[in-house]
Amino acid sequence: MAASDTLLEVKDLKMHFPFGGGFLRGPQKYIYAVDGITFELKKGETLGLVGESGCGKSTTARAIAQLHRPTSGEVLLNGKDLTKLKDKDLIAARKGMQMVFQDPYASLNPRMTAGDIIAEPMRIYNGHGILSLSGQEIDERVEQLMERVGLSRFFKNRFPHEFSGGQRQRIGIARALALRPELVLCDEPVSALDVSIQAQILNLFKDLQEEFGLTYLFIAHDLAVIKYISTRVAVMYLGTIAEVANSTDLYKNPLHPYTQALLSAVPIPDPKIERERKRIILTGDVPSPDKVRPGCPFYDRCSKRMDHCQQAKPPVKDVESGHQVACFLY
Amino acid sequence: MAMNEDIILQVKNLRTYFNTDEGIVKAVDGVSFDLRKGETLGIVGESGSGKSVTNLSVINMIPSPPGRIAGGEILYHGKDMLKMSKKEIRQIRGNKISMIFQDPMTSLNPFLRISTQMMETIQLHQGLDKKAAKEKAIEMLKLAGIPAPEKRIDQYPHQFSGGMRQRVMIAMALSCNPEILIADEPTSALDVTIQAQILDLMKDLTDRLGTAVILITHSLGVVAGTCDTVCVMYAGRFVERGPTDVIFESPMHPYTQGLIRSVPRLDREDGERLSSIRGQPPNVIDLPDCCPFYPRCDKAMDICRKKYPKWKTLDDGRTVGCWLYSEDK
Repeated sequence: MAASDTLLEVKDLKMHFPFGGGFLRGPQKYIYAVDGITFELKKGETLGLVGESGCGKSTTARAIAQLHRPTSGEVLLNGKDLTKLKDKDLIAARKGMQMVFQDPYASLNPRMTAGDIIAEPMRIYNGHGILSLSGQEIDERVEQLMERVGLSRFFKNRFPHEFSGGQRQRIGIARALALRPELVLCDEPVSALDVSIQAQILNLFKDLQEEFGLTYLFIAHDLAVIKYISTRVAVMYLGTIAEVANSTDLYKNPLHPYTQALLSAVPIPDPKIERERKRIILTGDVPSPDKVRPGCPFYDRCSKRMDHCQQAKPPVKDVESGHQVACFLY
Repeated sequence: MAMNEDIILQVKNLRTYFNTDEGIVKAVDGVSFDLRKGETLGIVGESGSGKSVTNLSVINMIPSPPGRIAGGEILYHGKDMLKMSKKEIRQIRGNKISMIFQDPMTSLNPFLRISTQMMETIQLHQGLDKKAAKEKAIEMLKLAGIPAPEKRIDQYPHQFSGGMRQRVMIAMALSCNPEILIADEPTSALDVTIQAQILDLMKDLTDRLGTAVILITHSLGVVAGTCDTVCVMYAGRFVERGPTDVIFESPMHPYTQGLIRSVPRLDREDGERLSSIRGQPPNVIDLPDCCPFYPRCDKAMDICRKKYPKWKTLDDGRTVGCWLYSEDK
């Protein structure tokens, strides 16, 4: 693989949040939200990041965008390590990387009109002297973007509360595209939407990718959504990646016991299939990521655990080309 | 209409309206269904379609004002619950018909121990003394798969995880051996692996106790796996109702068809494009008296704009409300 194909490289990324501790309050403790993950994104592909609540999906996206400064590790965007960049350089580098958030209610400023929300990134970059667009150019681009994401340009002067959830998410997408980024980090962008609207937005993401050659890091907890949108999928558990594979491989041949359980737990909307399916029901809940675990993070809930799983972290192993799994079984 | 022995709950032409400043919100506008003993009935629909209001109406928990039940009948063993006194209702609610809600954190009182909350119901409806009620509560928690229930029962809700809290809710709801359990999005706030656990538990317990279940959900997958009968709801009305297998195999109403096609599926081939329903669900304020789905429907005809479609029952046991299948126009 040529190095120029790779848009984003994440190397051993760790994000630990301190809590507790202090004078007379015992030692400093940490939440190990993301605990050493490595992956890369090639140009034009969609990497789906899937896992249950609290496994560190969103923290990963935020650490990549440098909204949280990572504890350690490297984030290389087009070969430039974002973790080492300061102020001005970081702002310039971030232009190529935008985010779409989950909650279309909380992520849009209620006091700004749709047009202003979409124009804001361009105005900010104008202010930094990175872009030099005239007011008219910005207006034109806002209107183009609105039409492209399926909103009428006449809605430019409306406020977020006048839009439905699906339309708000379209505003969020238009805003993310305003700077013509290469990489879009999508943090559960369809989880808050109803199925019929969700399908519209998923198709919009696909169309935009084709049209603008975008690369997505797409986070969701719904495995069916991930399967639909992604070319490759990474399954996260407790701050680490359990398995990475091409989307087809992963769904046909899941290797990690966690992936297998996760896939079998997803309901399929067909009563006949549902009756015949065998479920792997996991016992217990996802443990809290507040301890250092010497062994496999999935040990407590795994049906195939062995003694040495508790003592050492399983290394990431290439099973087939492009199919990596972190489990001692392989 | 001949009274079927098995039918324990019959809802007939239920209409629940809310008065607001902008107009009358017809949250539920003419909903009818029967619930048989031991049956699991699913009500599926998108946000705002009136699923929850239907069920709050059934147990008479509509906040009034602004809400009011504008018409219809809710027959529990042939007796109209809308005409019962508050005292009579109280003897049924929580005892014969109980509920579990979506968010187990907000439906448990954070200030009270689990024991207090569970024993209250048991003591009230079953007339047990404190000691016996606690024993019963512990037994129910054990049934619901909570480890060390003797210890856990004296803890507070915040000491339980989301999945565990939902187990507590199920234990509480089933503690009086209800005939009907109304589950309002019981797994929507939970992760898939926990959702599988909870659905499994609900199925197991209600099968064992012979409880009929009304399951409200927006997930077609959950309905497919758990329900015998499914009702598809749109803008305050059912559009299609029938046995789960029939509805999923050959949906007839254009909305049901669109809904089933727009769900991404694990077993679908790659590269297939998801079909979506254009537009958005309507605002239910001052809806005109016509098919509410026609602005989004590909098969809309002139008549759909003028009159609400008549119900038609077919040989396979399904009822569908669409002009496509209605002869007298």
